Amino acid sequence: MELLDILLEPLSYDFMVRAIITTALAAIVCAVLSCWLVLIGWSLMGDAVSHAVLPGVVLAYIVGAPFALGALVFALIAVTLIGVVRNTSRVKEDAAIGIVFTSLFALGLVLISVTPSQTDLNHIIFGNLLGVSIPDLIQVLVLGVVAFVILILKRRDLTLYAFDPTHAHAIGLSPKRLGALLMGLLALTSVVALQTVGVVLVVAMLIIPGATAYLLTDRFNRMLVIAPVISSVCSIAGIYFSYYLDTASGAMVVLTQGVVFAAVYLFSPRQGLIGTRLAKARRRKAAALLVG
Amino acid sequence: MGTPAILVENVTVHYGEVLALDSASLTVDAARICGLIGMNGSGKSTLFKVIMGMIKPDAGRVLIGGQSPTSARKEGGIGYVPQSEDVDWQFPLSVRDVVMMGRYGHQGFTRRPSKADRAAVDLALDRVELGEYAERQIGQLSGGQKKRAFVARGIAQGATMMLLDEPFAGVDKRSEATITRLLRELASDGCTILISTHDLHALPNLCDEAVLLMRRVLMHGAPELVLQPENLAMAFGLDVLNRDLPEPAHPATTESRG
Repeated sequence: MELLDILLEPLSYDFMVRAIITTALAAIVCAVLSCWLVLIGWSLMGDAVSHAVLPGVVLAYIVGAPFALGALVFALIAVTLIGVVRNTSRVKEDAAIGIVFTSLFALGLVLISVTPSQTDLNHIIFGNLLGVSIPDLIQVLVLGVVAFVILILKRRDLTLYAFDPTHAHAIGLSPKRLGALLMGLLALTSVVALQTVGVVLVVAMLIIPGATAYLLTDRFNRMLVIAPVISSVCSIAGIYFSYYLDTASGAMVVLTQGVVFAAVYLFSPRQGLIGTRLAKARRRKAAALLVG
Repeated sequence: MGTPAILVENVTVHYGEVLALDSASLTVDAARICGLIGMNGSGKSTLFKVIMGMIKPDAGRVLIGGQSPTSARKEGGIGYVPQSEDVDWQFPLSVRDVVMMGRYGHQGFTRRPSKADRAAVDLALDRVELGEYAERQIGQLSGGQKKRAFVARGIAQGATMMLLDEPFAGVDKRSEATITRLLRELASDGCTILISTHDLHALPNLCDEAVLLMRRVLMHGAPELVLQPENLAMAFGLDVLNRDLPEPAHPATTESRG
């Protein structure tokens, strides 16, 4: 089979086309957001919010409301609870996050176990890339585009918030409001990615691309380009792998991102473990040549 | 004399049960450089936060150039140079990017830089002599250059008042002299400067006046006077008010402490 055939064959199925569009979109939005999350140190928060939306999604399913609405409500509840536990007891933030998100996630699992039609809801946990319906696709498209546009328009403020919230305050902006905006976008983005890889693996999409890009550049603007490019290429490649190897699609998407991160970690010319040594050796050789 | 640049009047701040500032009062006139000295826990950073409006005092009031801290901030009058340890030096931003952040208060919804913004940033970079390092990642500067980059941010912002938190920590003597010269120039242009520092020997060269802080203002006057050993003992050694104090950090000394 020729390469072109390999690439084109899956596209003859509508469900594959929908899967690829959904994944690419989720990959791009998640990757853009991940640039801020890894720099602020909010990876654990991303994990928490993406798990904590589960009961919201289940409840939305039960009452027939849009998933996104339920997810947003529970993301807010999770963030509020984490803040309350952290600020009003001696429990530290990481413990507060751990307690709140696992409890909410468990609540979601309990709700799933008492809700009929269990098969559908298990897809929320592990993703159901190959079963994306047209309404699902539209929902992901709308939410994804909204989150993406806000992130891009407000990117400079968000970067300032990540880098120096005190200066943001000093020039009359509100770090609190910027933090809340980022948190809201995190909830929105979690819902977008849910469809692709499921609750459990969303956090990978929210961390790996930003972390990978961070190893490749020391300019934030370039991170905002590198992360989504890597993420969408990896994700689409992951879907092709899962098609031909007949493996779980969501997991394959994440695995591909993980492998690419590992490669960058080892070989990045700036930060990579091996890459920096190779670059040093090359420089030494060049210097030796100059002398000799 | 006119309106003081900084007016702190009977400000009291508690963190839970802990008293951080106890009816502290301080007046600094425009275009003066004022050094704030006191040991750790004496309320230096709390006073900064009150002046910047990050903490609302339990009692007392703060006016910046006759305005509330909120309106002073909205007008972009307050510049802030953070302590080195509060900055993520790995953050993927260039020196120019950081200085441009000083302009955000002047810009529109998306903070898209205009020609005037770019010009202001170039001017500020030249002023602190970092023009040739503009494209470097912020962490790849020396200790003194890092400080100057943040001062440039305040200049680009057009700040009429600058707060510097421990500007000489991790800075060598030569850079210290450069920064001192720069701050003196800014002050002669009308900028009011408040500096919190451990570096007592730098004070007479740098500051017009010095403040001894130990939860309240113990003394406020010429640096030479404030730095008299018996006066320093009040803030660093023994307690003039005879209350229980945290362990004194060090005996009174005019040596610099890193």
